Amino acid sequence: MDAILLQILNGLDKGSAYALIALGLTLIFGTLGVVNFAHGALFMIGAFCAVTLSRLLSLSFTTIDPERTDFLGNPLKVETPYVEAWFGPETGAAIIDWSVPLAILFSIPIMALVGLFMERGLIKYFYKRPHADQILVTFGLAIVLQEIIKYFYGANPIPTPAPDAFAGSLDFGVLIGLDPNLIIYPYWRIVYFVFAMAIIGAVFAFLQFTTFGMVVRAGMADRQTVGLLGINIDKRFTFMFALAAVVAGLAGVMYAPINSPNYHMGMDFLVLSFVVVVVGGMGSLPGAVLAGFLLGILESFASMAQVVALLPGINQIIIYLVAIVILLTRPRGLMGRKGVMES
Amino acid sequence: MLGLNKKDAYLFLLVLALVVFAPFLLNPFPENSELAQFNAGYPDLMQRFLIFGIFAIGFNILFGLTGYLSFGHAAFLGVGSYAGVWMMKLLTMNVIPAIFMSVVFAGLFSLLVGYISLRRSGIYFSILTLAFAQMSFSLAYSVLTPITNGETGLQLALDDPRVLGVSQVDGSIPQANLFGIPMRESFELSLGGWLFTFNAGYYLCAVVMMVAFYVAVRIFRSPFGMMLRAVKSNQQRMNFTGLNSKPYTLAAFVISGMYAGLAGGLMVAMDPLAGAERMQWTASGEVVLMTILGGAGTLIGPVLGAGFIKYCENIFSKINDNILYGWFSGLPEGLADALVFVIHPFIGKGWHLTLGIMFMLIVIFLPGGIMEGLERIGRLFKRKPPSEDNAAAQASAAPAE
Amino acid sequence: MSLIRKPLNRRSILRASAVGGAALATPTVFTSRAWSAGYLNEPTGSTVTLGFNVPQTGPYADEGADELRAYQLAVEHLNGGGDGGMMGTFSSKALKGNGILGKKVEYVTGDTQTKSDAARASAKSMIEKDGAIMITGGSSSGVAVAVQALCQEAGVIFMAGLTHSNDTTGKDKRANGFRHFFNSYMSGAALAPVLKNAYGDDRKAYHLTADYNWGYTTEQAVRESTEALGWETVETVKTPLAATDFSAYITPVLQSDADVLVLNHYGGNMVNSLTNAVQFGLRDKLVNGKQFEIIVPLYSRLMAKGAGENVKGIFGSTNWHWSLQDEGSKAFVKSFGQKYGFPPSQAAHTTYVQALLYADACERAGTFNPCGVVEALEGFEFDGLGNGKTLYRAEDHQCFKDVLVVKGKENPSSEFDLLEIVEVTPAEQVTYDPNHPQMAGGQLGTCNPGV
Repeated sequence: MDAILLQILNGLDKGSAYALIALGLTLIFGTLGVVNFAHGALFMIGAFCAVTLSRLLSLSFTTIDPERTDFLGNPLKVETPYVEAWFGPETGAAIIDWSVPLAILFSIPIMALVGLFMERGLIKYFYKRPHADQILVTFGLAIVLQEIIKYFYGANPIPTPAPDAFAGSLDFGVLIGLDPNLIIYPYWRIVYFVFAMAIIGAVFAFLQFTTFGMVVRAGMADRQTVGLLGINIDKRFTFMFALAAVVAGLAGVMYAPINSPNYHMGMDFLVLSFVVVVVGGMGSLPGAVLAGFLLGILESFASMAQVVALLPGINQIIIYLVAIVILLTRPRGLMGRKGVMES
Repeated sequence: MLGLNKKDAYLFLLVLALVVFAPFLLNPFPENSELAQFNAGYPDLMQRFLIFGIFAIGFNILFGLTGYLSFGHAAFLGVGSYAGVWMMKLLTMNVIPAIFMSVVFAGLFSLLVGYISLRRSGIYFSILTLAFAQMSFSLAYSVLTPITNGETGLQLALDDPRVLGVSQVDGSIPQANLFGIPMRESFELSLGGWLFTFNAGYYLCAVVMMVAFYVAVRIFRSPFGMMLRAVKSNQQRMNFTGLNSKPYTLAAFVISGMYAGLAGGLMVAMDPLAGAERMQWTASGEVVLMTILGGAGTLIGPVLGAGFIKYCENIFSKINDNILYGWFSGLPEGLADALVFVIHPFIGKGWHLTLGIMFMLIVIFLPGGIMEGLERIGRLFKRKPPSEDNAAAQASAAPAE
Repeated sequence: MSLIRKPLNRRSILRASAVGGAALATPTVFTSRAWSAGYLNEPTGSTVTLGFNVPQTGPYADEGADELRAYQLAVEHLNGGGDGGMMGTFSSKALKGNGILGKKVEYVTGDTQTKSDAARASAKSMIEKDGAIMITGGSSSGVAVAVQALCQEAGVIFMAGLTHSNDTTGKDKRANGFRHFFNSYMSGAALAPVLKNAYGDDRKAYHLTADYNWGYTTEQAVRESTEALGWETVETVKTPLAATDFSAYITPVLQSDADVLVLNHYGGNMVNSLTNAVQFGLRDKLVNGKQFEIIVPLYSRLMAKGAGENVKGIFGSTNWHWSLQDEGSKAFVKSFGQKYGFPPSQAAHTTYVQALLYADACERAGTFNPCGVVEALEGFEFDGLGNGKTLYRAEDHQCFKDVLVVKGKENPSSEFDLLEIVEVTPAEQVTYDPNHPQMAGGQLGTCNPGV
């Protein structure tokens, strides 16, 4: 019982990341009809926004401490961050400590700009090209983006801890009357889940309740007719691309403390998020979110020792196995519409 | 000639000439010049050009003709490789049984995967094939270690049975051979400053590849090929006329799977080791890139695409700063430093960046791939409007959605 | 017997003939018969080419970059440049700083991509195209085993880089291959006594193991040596190599009865699983009245950096660390630090040492012939290369030397000062019989000079 509850919690968390990336992918696909293989790279850039901000905040000046020596026996250079010098050591340290939450604000304009440039500079020329070309060009872009990040940040993962206030974990089991230590959950993961739900809710509300969102939804259903009505749908679609980039970026920023960011984390997520999108049904936003959580939870269950003992290797392939079963029983995924990406 | 029309016969002869004289063509720079870095005429890379060429030709039979975009073809290459190494471990170091069983096993596996995946079309088909391939990769890497030797890769050992051959010769593993001709056997011709290597394994690959190419041409021009094109242009209409398209697409899928297995078998014949990474989705993606870069639906495009990618991978990754300084040694020091600084991100460990940029440039400016580029160049010289053939090639170069 | 029949050293011949203004237009056909003596890629000119095959892309690219730095430093020292580094402290004095056997050392580089296929392709191009006489490098066991087998078939020497799986000198050993780095068995043997001292002999261990070859041998080694102390192994769980989030594997640990978690992970896996384990507060828990502990059998400073604060106080083992105070280590850290501005990693150390050992073996053998080099390295005892007295054992081509047990430092004084040495386990304690069950199977075979 407690083991199952635990894996549901774990799955919700992994599911949040899948859902956020799949949501962005679906927004782009649904509105622009573009298959964006660079979406994983946007997630990765988001995470590196957090790394960059924490580096910017820790920018330091050097003083030489003659008392101590470094590994070569030369006088030790002591680095003091500017923020600590300006705001005093305590406030300064607190600012650095909170760099990941601060990076949310920092990343929104950056991701929006990245999205804008991508759409206006590259993607827009590919609306009328076959999907295979779109895949190829965005895949090339993904490689270029991750190589640029690697050039500046190296290949090793970079630790980007959450604020100390969120260190440690909540004993969830005690809350519902179980023994201590049975179900524990780190605070930051709870934050991540809540944050993901908030973003998903905001995107849906935006599409549902604003005029802008209504036009976009109409455009997703029938782009031509909306165009004929004299509405400049292109401009709105550009905006949607930027929005999708921001969603992926925010997912990355908040994910940084969970796993230290490295340059290939986008590729690691890319294939899985495509599977998520297809399982949910191409072009269906609720489907993407639903499939994200579903696959996240199933993946957690499959990794339980009891399950693996029964079916060796199941934890390696569960997502793909589920994808195959769902696609064979429900031809267009969980909530897909007819006619999307078929012909 | 050989049942080919005139144009195809010319193409076939052209390819034949290119393949036979590749050891000369790929080594255009004298051995001790600075540009020798760009020579690709050494056995391993020449073999790879042909092997991946076969792989891409086979992939193109499925994708170029029917428009079904498989993201799992590397799995068939991997299965073929494992079958090949096992034949060498159990039976004999002669490469014929290894290559034969590679094709058989890849064919059987592709029949299974194809039968299931072809129940869906479009991106759903792609994801199904991707899922099968990723499952094969994950299992080969972990649970199936007794069969695949996991991460290390399946390789020969001194105590393998090899019932039709010998387990070891003087404490060494016997070498892969074709009825006694070792695959590694080479002789070299030195002409002035130039050096050309002729390798037995390469010419075996060449024979196999010419046969594979010939079969592909025949398939493209056959009624069966017409049927596959019909699937691509409008499957629904085809079904309405009472034709069941599934047997045709399945046949195409299995044929292309067997081509992948053939490539896997040849790989093993040239270098007896099979690693699980061969089955990863990135490897499947690579053959997609090769085909589209070269020109999907064209006969020779995929081979060019394969050559392009393998060339980048093997040549650019080996250039380092030292070599750069060697090139610019004639320039003033400051200028050389500046040039090295500018080029540095694109070579050695940065070869991925170069590859990514080249992909983007080709896709953006040459939607029909390298073939379109060649055609445009050809048109510049001929100065006549594109013939119908070209138009047809371009139409078929646009892959289905 | 010959595997590659090709003329020996055509590069230098061509160079020589170009310089001498020989009749350039005369076509010459080389076949193996024309060059009967010698061995593959025999250097006949004034230079010798070594092949440095390291991961330049992929997850281990940073380690590969550090290996390359060490190789460049080694080449500089071999050719008589710089301050000579560990050549001054090396017990063998055969190296004179005039290259190897009087020939200037040149090198080519390649990218293994941490994939067996790519690594072999790169090594083959070095052998076939560039005429490399020795291949070295790599940062994972799969690649090491694959390239080692290739070098055996082709007939050149392979000096392994960072590879820790038992198999490299166990069931996949080859006559042409040599490993300086330590292995899973040694990690287990060195760690066990230290763990007993620190955590007692009544512990229940839970293993999380990366689901591939290296993970298996490391799990087996640590399990067997801790069980010998009286520890109990509660559960061993395999985790997919591609996993990035280990929460689903970490949380069941506390539900079991275990009070120690062993993470048989390396690289990105290690960084993520350790970070996750600490996030889940495992180290704050009390189980069975004991403090819960985490162990990482194989440490690397570059990876410790990726895990940040989380490594503090966590035990592991390592091949070498820059804070060692013997003369060899100090000399190496000094010349590396002065050239690059930061201390070398263990990957850099092992590759630098391997390059020196190879060069020294050639000098002592008086030839580049792989069979001569093998003979010179087998049973070779040396000192002064940072690990104390070391033996290259003839039976399996594995180095036997002291192993370092380290702990994540509580108060690091710099970004490099992440590990502190807890104990230097003497070589005798980690030496095993060549036929030890963990190494069972496989034969060395005979050396292959490629002709």
